[in-house]
Amino acid sequence: MSSEASRAAVEAVFREEHGAILASLIRMARDFELAEEALQDAMLVALDRWPAEGMPENAAGWIMATARRRLIDRLRHEGQRRQRYASWWEREGKEMAVHERSWDAGEFPHPDDRLRLIFTCCHPALNHDAQVALTLSTLGGLETGEIARAFLLSKPTVAQRLVRAKRKIRDAGIPYQVPPMEMLAERLQAVMAVIYLVFNEGYAASSGEDLIRRELAAEAIRLAHILCELVPGEPEVRGLLALMLLQNSRQTARVSATGDLLLLEEQDRDLWDREAIRVGSGELERALCQGCAGPYQVQAAIAAVHAEAERWEDTDWEQILGLYDSLLEMGGSAVVALNRAVALSQVEGLEAGLAAVEELAAAGQLDEYQYLHATRADLLRRLGQKAAACRAYERALELCSNEQERNFLLARRSEVSS
Amino acid sequence: MRYLLMIYSPESYYETLSEQQMGELMAGYGQFTEELTGAGVMGASERLQPTATATTVRLREGKLNTTDGPFAETKETIGGFYLIDVKDLDAAISWAKKIPTASYGSIEIRPIWEAEDYGEA
Repeated sequence: MSSEASRAAVEAVFREEHGAILASLIRMARDFELAEEALQDAMLVALDRWPAEGMPENAAGWIMATARRRLIDRLRHEGQRRQRYASWWEREGKEMAVHERSWDAGEFPHPDDRLRLIFTCCHPALNHDAQVALTLSTLGGLETGEIARAFLLSKPTVAQRLVRAKRKIRDAGIPYQVPPMEMLAERLQAVMAVIYLVFNEGYAASSGEDLIRRELAAEAIRLAHILCELVPGEPEVRGLLALMLLQNSRQTARVSATGDLLLLEEQDRDLWDREAIRVGSGELERALCQGCAGPYQVQAAIAAVHAEAERWEDTDWEQILGLYDSLLEMGGSAVVALNRAVALSQVEGLEAGLAAVEELAAAGQLDEYQYLHATRADLLRRLGQKAAACRAYERALELCSNEQERNFLLARRSEVSS
Repeated sequence: MRYLLMIYSPESYYETLSEQQMGELMAGYGQFTEELTGAGVMGASERLQPTATATTVRLREGKLNTTDGPFAETKETIGGFYLIDVKDLDAAISWAKKIPTASYGSIEIRPIWEAEDYGEA
């Protein structure tokens, strides 16, 4: 193997195992930075030895054992310099060092460690940006530069976010634990929101140079898989996984050869990823069997109804409308009401749909929301009200920041302004 | 870890309370304080006089400036605090949500800067 190839191989193993190993190290160190440094140390040792000696059979166990030894060394060293680590060393570090020889790689991984870590990263005492960056960096094993590129931020910005978040975890005493029952529902919501946000950042990206962003969608699906394993009794988590799989199945079909965004109606359904649809629908069924439907499951069900239709004309809009009604009952937002209006226009006609959209527009809540104006424009266009449609497209364009969506709106506007 | 739980609420809220409601609120506080003490996590606790009694002092380039009122005009003002010693932030949050004012005001949780925090970046 060339040195570059072997380096890539080592890095791939580390990335795959990153979340589980770091989670265990953080449990031991109670400190993000020391745990990360120990893992970095282990990687340097691996880069030095694996190319010559070959990869160990249980690579994850080897990394864990090496990183653990380095962590003990670092704690011993830091304990002599800093008060905080001195007390830790007295309390636990010595004990850990004594048992070093008898430590069994078979004890690793602890599934609970990753669960604790994801709850720590998504703790509501951290702001949303920090939650996302921290989750991707620790559980996902993404490098700072990768996160920066994915979110179109500078590397120092992301690095600073991560440092601040870790400092707050330490100084505010954010625990490294699965939250107590009374807080579990709120916290699980926060974790799911972070995962879905990561997914949407990736899913919305579609051009060639956005490849790194598209990987975010895959990363979110991987995180949801992990979360499903960790809390199998929560149907909403499985619903979220199903939702992302089903949406992601349309990724390739969403964009035309020239890079334009395509509506469901215009997509080539042969490009839909049938395997992803099969897996996603399966996950959804498993979730629904648990008998506690929530918003993620209902959204997944809507995506599944679309996926089942072989052609746009075959879409079961009545079922979709019913599902949007359920979502609204669960406390769905004005955005849900907007989507329901679109379904209504399919079931009861364009006028009924437009009336529902106008009602939402009058309420004013979605005035800054591009899709309200784009939807309104679309309905007006199809009803032949060209001048009003043109004005609505103008408003949508003012609010649009995505290049592909912009091209789409411009094309539609020129249709009605001629 | 030690945390200061700072209790914020709009002072105008208390003017709307009947004598009986005020009594119930005070009884709620009494119960909460007892619970804290019973759990062995209580450090200190006080209720403050309203902001009308506040005085703000600033020393700028050696010159004393004393003004009437709180340092900033805000809708919710601090009306009291608890100092508690608990395991971590989640434990502090569990206690904070039991403070009677949490249901109409806000509780800000701040960790105390301990001796061992000095020397940290």
